Amino acid sequence: MSVARLRLSGICKRFGATQALKGVDLEVRPGEIHGLIGENGAGKSTLMKILAGVVPPDSGAMELEGKPFHPETPESARRAGVVMVNQELAIAPHLSVAENIVLGAEPGGFFLNHSNARERARSALSKLGRADISLDIPAGRLSVAEQQLVEIARALALGCRVLVLDEPTSSLTATDAAALFSLVRTLRDQGESIIYISHFLEEVQVLTDRCTVLRDGLTVSTCETPQTNPSELARAMVGREVNELYSRRSRTAGEVILRAVNVKGGLKNVSASLELRRGEVLGIAGLVGAGRSEFLRMLFGLDEFSSGQVEFRNDSQAGTPTQRWKSGMGMLSEDRKSEGLALNLSLEENLTLPRLGAWLRPKRLEAETRDWIRRLAVRCAGPGQAAVELSGGNQQKIALGRLLRNRCEVLLLDEPTRGVDLGAKQSIYQLIDELAAAGKAVIMVSSYLPELLGTCDRIAVMCRGELGDARPVEEWDAHRIMLAATGASSG
Amino acid sequence: MTLGRWAAAAGPLVGLVLVCVLFAALRFETFVTWDNVAIILQQTAVIGIASLGMTLVIIAGGIDLSVGSIIAVGTVVIALCLTAGMSPGMAALVGIGASALCGAVSGVLITRLKLLPFVVTLGMMGALRGAAKGMAGEQPIYPDETWLSAFMRLGDAGSLPLGVWLMLVLAVAVAVLLRQTRFGRHVYAVGSNELTARLCGVPVERVKVLVYIIGAAFAGIASVLQFGYLTGGDPTTTVGLELNIIAAVVIGGASLNGGQGGVLGTLVGAVIMSVVANGCTKLGLANWVQEIVTGVIIVAAVLLDSLRRRTSRQD
Repeated sequence: MSVARLRLSGICKRFGATQALKGVDLEVRPGEIHGLIGENGAGKSTLMKILAGVVPPDSGAMELEGKPFHPETPESARRAGVVMVNQELAIAPHLSVAENIVLGAEPGGFFLNHSNARERARSALSKLGRADISLDIPAGRLSVAEQQLVEIARALALGCRVLVLDEPTSSLTATDAAALFSLVRTLRDQGESIIYISHFLEEVQVLTDRCTVLRDGLTVSTCETPQTNPSELARAMVGREVNELYSRRSRTAGEVILRAVNVKGGLKNVSASLELRRGEVLGIAGLVGAGRSEFLRMLFGLDEFSSGQVEFRNDSQAGTPTQRWKSGMGMLSEDRKSEGLALNLSLEENLTLPRLGAWLRPKRLEAETRDWIRRLAVRCAGPGQAAVELSGGNQQKIALGRLLRNRCEVLLLDEPTRGVDLGAKQSIYQLIDELAAAGKAVIMVSSYLPELLGTCDRIAVMCRGELGDARPVEEWDAHRIMLAATGASSG
Repeated sequence: MTLGRWAAAAGPLVGLVLVCVLFAALRFETFVTWDNVAIILQQTAVIGIASLGMTLVIIAGGIDLSVGSIIAVGTVVIALCLTAGMSPGMAALVGIGASALCGAVSGVLITRLKLLPFVVTLGMMGALRGAAKGMAGEQPIYPDETWLSAFMRLGDAGSLPLGVWLMLVLAVAVAVLLRQTRFGRHVYAVGSNELTARLCGVPVERVKVLVYIIGAAFAGIASVLQFGYLTGGDPTTTVGLELNIIAAVVIGGASLNGGQGGVLGTLVGAVIMSVVANGCTKLGLANWVQEIVTGVIIVAAVLLDSLRRRTSRQD
């Protein structure tokens, strides 16, 4: 057996009062795809920060190809060959593809060596089997998937030994994700080592060779992936049986509260009609970029549409978000970090923003926020804490709490569980179920089919802007949804 | 919350104390007198009032480079109104109204045409300076003296000029506006994350336009004091003052990225700048030394602020 490409043992790290890592072991072999999974807060991101040289470990040993590896800066980690490709891509949109690939490692001295740069960029792209991407167009004009490819190419051009992909499929369409998988496999076959971090257990199951599960700052297990299954992995992650992930009590659909009639327009050429009833959860499935979010934003008055109308509570006046909140509609943004929350503001400010009296009553707002924090079991220091300091799941609870506090009758939820851990997911599902049972109406856009199938009463599929008919969930399965979403069958 | 807000103003406050102690140690007899304190505060009043308005603009994520020119326009308008026979009170109101109008123009251009605040107000800076010169015929205008000069008059020992009291009253008003009203909360929200504000139903455009109007109106009030100080309208007065005003706000802990800042910090920032100017004069240092010191203080204040944020983030 050859020497491990990367070996971590007994890594500990403490931040103030929290022991983030209590002894993590991780061994990555040459030419393998190694999955790394764990709930938010399990220590994945701290581990990656240590690996990337952002923070030093308190104790523990790290070896890269048998030699001690102690990066003091992100720069030295990269030079040693450990390169991260994060969820948020680091692309300079105005620079060309070639310039992006050699960014930070430009050949030449004071003057650039353009031909060498292009050569290195081209060879990196052809290793990925994508020599078709032009070296000269600005990277900002590429699709998200292609931009990600440019980042991976940048890692290859650096001569990386261990490539870390952090949630790489979270903003990809199913087709692009499949392309990414085959690319990652190609790299593995060329002898690269890849650490693959993902919340999607099905992905980990399909793609990885071995997989390490972290929980509460400890390595709970490392196993050969083919010998396990997603539900076993889930159990290892949360440390208990996860049976009731989705909850659905009996719901009775009531009167129509929101009606969209031939709403058309927007950049994605949305064309949609639907009726939403009280007491139901209506799912909208489809590929990323199909226009689902845009349609939701049109309903809420955030984006304009060119024709058709939206009737909310039998009122068809075009609404602004201000009016929507007032009349009992609320929306959860798919992009929690840049739109959903004002990260630098406090939880209280974030939670109460849609509904405030002309004169603020700070004591009352604080008490109210405290109350919601308790009811939603948000883990935080208090109402005054900045939203940025919370984990993804807790942030999402605050963003959702905004709709609950406003007593919204119609809730538009765009990817409500994106980037949140299993525990928070479960409570979000429960919450949605409670709301529907209480006679509220929910529209849920999601790219994660199991949650749509587990939570919704009816599902409609959007494909290239066209919204198909909403049909009872019993008439759907994952395969049929994918066919409709890719336009293979009329939805 | 409250504690955090005091902590945010603590940095500038410590800076102010340090600067005062330094000058007091070097020139106790001339620096620490009531007359000198009154002079320092008098010198703060114009910048202080204008920077209260600028605080709102900066918290909302904007910037207004035209306030120096707005103050000049204000003094000229007041002078013209007085020579036309208007009462002093009326003339001051017209001056403030004209200033507010300038802010409204900037605000509408920024929101309707979606132009960068920096560019729009840079243009306004030049255009309004020109307008002031045109209205005044490129000459200072000195009408007969009125009670408007009383705003900046130094009185007996133990008293402060009216303008200083006006600044303090306005500071309280802005603090209440920012912290106790929905509008104030919206200003922070728009500056912190405009997308979130829009999602939450905050009327973003209206907030922005109002912020520029209020900012310019405060520059108008500052122009009343400047008029009193000069006892006339001068189209070439307060050139470049907007930079001192922005500096006061930034020293006070506001972020040019928006979403952060407060009245207390801004006032302290404005006073620090006057204390430095006054102290350097007392030490007999040349003007250029004082300019270098002010520059260093601006950068140091921002640096300290970011260091403090970095350490508090890691807890």
